[in-house]
Amino acid sequence: MDHLGFIAAVYLTTFGVIIVLVAKTVKQGRDLASKVADKDKPWT
Amino acid sequence: MTSASSTTTQTFTAKVATPTTRLVGAMAIVSMAWVVLGGLFVTPSDVNQGDAVRIMYVHVPTAWVAYLAFIVTAIASACWLLSRKHAMGFDRVAGASAEVGVIFMAMTLLSGGLWGRITWGTYWAWDPRLTTTAFLLVTYIGYLAVRGLGGSLEQRARRSAVIALLAVLEIPLVHFSVLMWRSLHQRASVLSGDGDIKMDGSMLTTLLVGVIGFTCTFAWLVMHRSRVLAMQDAVQSSQLDAALQDRASESAGLK
Repeated sequence: MDHLGFIAAVYLTTFGVIIVLVAKTVKQGRDLASKVADKDKPWT
Repeated sequence: MTSASSTTTQTFTAKVATPTTRLVGAMAIVSMAWVVLGGLFVTPSDVNQGDAVRIMYVHVPTAWVAYLAFIVTAIASACWLLSRKHAMGFDRVAGASAEVGVIFMAMTLLSGGLWGRITWGTYWAWDPRLTTTAFLLVTYIGYLAVRGLGGSLEQRARRSAVIALLAVLEIPLVHFSVLMWRSLHQRASVLSGDGDIKMDGSMLTTLLVGVIGFTCTFAWLVMHRSRVLAMQDAVQSSQLDAALQDRASESAGLK
């Protein structure tokens, strides 16, 4: 495959950033959910 | 997932996901797996660009999601301004969508820079599409900075809603910049004016699955981020209530 380094960099960066963002969001959500009462969480 | 601790009056369930977010998340994972496998191994290389065309399966969906995110921010902001009760849910969706949009816009510029290095011989050029896109990114970084300023939740919602409604006007400028000015950037490949699609079947399928996958990822992130913002607001207001109560009891003790 030509330009493998550039193509790999694009895929690794994009999916890496998405995975980090998802993990950060899940962690933040879990930490806060244990501090906030269910009455303030309309989705529960 | 449902581990819970409870007090006599309130329950604290450590739960953020719902069946809807789980379904959307599963759709995103399946679609993204298709994009990686299809984009890197299944689809053919392009006649002119060779294997560099594989960047398209990531670059185009991230740009689409960034546009979508900023449009959702504007719609949610308009809903907040127009609704009688000024429901804070609209403001949180606007904020969450802008956060996700900024990250996807930055990824678009990054993947575009790497693609440009292969096809144009340079990472960056002061080209109309690239320059207006960078300007759009900076505008929404400013929007997020304004959201972080002090004040009440209503003040935050009002000033950021006004900025969101002005900032969204940049999107047509970015999108049509390749038509209005002479640009290095190619014109739209899929939705061209004459309705003719010049793309191999597997390439088009992978690109569309990519658009669906990144859109599902965006939807999942916005739902979860807006819930996180709701809980942050709840924690902030409970801390403020506690501080006011302490102050009131202090002053009562002085009398």
